[in-house]
Amino acid sequence: MSGNDTNAIEVRDAVKRYGDFTALKQISLSIRDNEFFTLLGPSGCGKTTLLRMIAGFEDVTEGEIFLYGDEIENLPPNKRPVNTVFQNYALFPHLTILDNVAFGLEMRGSSKSEARARAGEMLELVQLSQFAARKPSQLSGGQQQRVALARALAPRPKVLLLDEPLSALDLKLRKAMQLELKHLQRETGITFIFVTHDQEEALTMSDRIAVMSAGELQQLGAPTDIYERPRNMFVADFIGETNLLEVSVDKIESGRAVCHLGGGHELTCDAVDGIGVGSKVHMSIRPERLYMSNEPEKDGSLHGRVKENIFIGTDISTIVELDDAPDFVVRTSNSDRGNKRIFEPGTDMFVNMEKGAARLLID
Amino acid sequence: MAGGAASGGSATTDTYKEARTWLLMPAWVTLSILVLAPVAMMLVYSFLTKEFRGGVIWEFSLAAYDQFFCDRGLFGDEPCTIEWTYLQIFWRSIWQAGTATLLSLAIGFPTAYFIATRPEHTRPMWVFLITIPYWVNLLIRTVSMKFLLRDQGPLNDFLINIGLIDSPIHIVNTNFAVQLGLFYSYLPFMVLPIYAAVERYNFSLSEAAADLYATKWVTLRRVLLPAVKPGVIAGCILVFVPSMGSFLAPDLLGGAKNFMIGSLIEEQFKGNAGNWPFGAAASMILMTMVLVLLLLYARQQARAEKAEG
Repeated sequence: MSGNDTNAIEVRDAVKRYGDFTALKQISLSIRDNEFFTLLGPSGCGKTTLLRMIAGFEDVTEGEIFLYGDEIENLPPNKRPVNTVFQNYALFPHLTILDNVAFGLEMRGSSKSEARARAGEMLELVQLSQFAARKPSQLSGGQQQRVALARALAPRPKVLLLDEPLSALDLKLRKAMQLELKHLQRETGITFIFVTHDQEEALTMSDRIAVMSAGELQQLGAPTDIYERPRNMFVADFIGETNLLEVSVDKIESGRAVCHLGGGHELTCDAVDGIGVGSKVHMSIRPERLYMSNEPEKDGSLHGRVKENIFIGTDISTIVELDDAPDFVVRTSNSDRGNKRIFEPGTDMFVNMEKGAARLLID
Repeated sequence: MAGGAASGGSATTDTYKEARTWLLMPAWVTLSILVLAPVAMMLVYSFLTKEFRGGVIWEFSLAAYDQFFCDRGLFGDEPCTIEWTYLQIFWRSIWQAGTATLLSLAIGFPTAYFIATRPEHTRPMWVFLITIPYWVNLLIRTVSMKFLLRDQGPLNDFLINIGLIDSPIHIVNTNFAVQLGLFYSYLPFMVLPIYAAVERYNFSLSEAAADLYATKWVTLRRVLLPAVKPGVIAGCILVFVPSMGSFLAPDLLGGAKNFMIGSLIEEQFKGNAGNWPFGAAASMILMTMVLVLLLLYARQQARAEKAEG
């Protein structure tokens, strides 16, 4: 059996068990050539296990992994043309920065001088040439991070694996590194597989995201798909902020579902395959797709009172108390205050939804 | 550290200094009584004149060192030529201790690595198991070893029974028996520091090496060994130094031909035949030699590190 050789990585029915515990339950996914692919999920969801299985550090209990069509799941790590950027960088403490970067090249048979020349180029790429002669302990976390990146990219791997590489950096540096990583990926044309638990990071950097939870793949898609059309409760809740409402589906007409929530409020949204009339399901509405008004604007307007306004820099988050329904969060961009109104706490008002804002969720 | 306190004014500096003096006192007292005083005593004794039934006469003399280094003929009245007897014993001691150290390293390193890679909660048990034989007195263990290794002993019986050899191999009273004895006596001193170093080792470094196409052997040589080198060096020193001065294993397993420096020193302080100044001088020479070896090693290391950086 062989894989589809246009895919950088193809994982087929991969299962990982540790004794009685199943870390991965039959995962199948394809990662395209030259893609920035992210495995996203909370800790313990199996994303790092999957990455380590691709790298070769973990055995595959069942299933297959293909790299550009070649089956690799039985190869030891040193026989796989993939390289890893480790979470704690794992730089060799006794070697200089230059020798750290040259290590992989030397192991692949380059002469010492060739390897060092190429390592020097890589250090230039990550702007660390002036530190070539230092030891890793003499560098800051951000610099060590870039050395780890240069070291993993130097042997020109077919796929680069990144295991939460930015988690130890402070916010500002992390944001800068996110862009730098994205640029590096485009410049080198190497497929990146990035593991993170930070949904914002995933949305910023990725071409496609696989959201994982409890050893299962929850949803796979482009950042906009995942954010705007979450498939289930977990994805809607994990990615971004959302209002989750329990609703009952009353009727479905020409692709639209009419639902009601407690207190007689009625909402209409796109029907979703697998959710029929009479089912009690959850609905997700992103706070920034809601706005407030004095008078009800259309059928979907919900009556309520402002409980609290919270200033969060770019936005104002308003907590709204609805009649006989759980509280709602409405987000108004500060730049949008000309068009959208903010009400004082205690004011009676109506919450309105932009078209397509509400989304029904499976389970 | 003192600089930080100094900026706070002279009063705090004085208090701080005083506190430091007092707090360091126990360490200084212990070191003085247990390290400096014995060495000083030994140094003084080595320059005194011997008393015939053991002990010393308080009279300055270079006789002990002269006896060690100078051959003055049968009647002791010829000019000094080099005395080889004791230097040979020294050389044999270095050789035996060095071999025993390498043997301990060869067995101790894999053992330490094995323990350090067991699940964390089982590691204390493995360390405990390593130390159990050492609850038995060293003398008894060495005598037992002689029994095991002798011509009609269990080892030879076993080898003959499985048909590997036809007649017993003579192990007792050879250099090899002494090396085995020293190896067995000091093995834990090799295992424990290496275990401590490997336990602190960041195993993702080995993963990183494998990820960068290094084979297991290259990973061991170029990544693991440099990282745990301090533990390996500590282990080697802890085995080599006591092996050099050991007298039980050479006496019991080596016989008269395989005399080591420790036995030589021991004899000088035993019974009426002894020569205290000579024993003290031999001890001083042994200590100086070990120190010089260690210093040479440290200098070579510093130089290698400089060349690398």
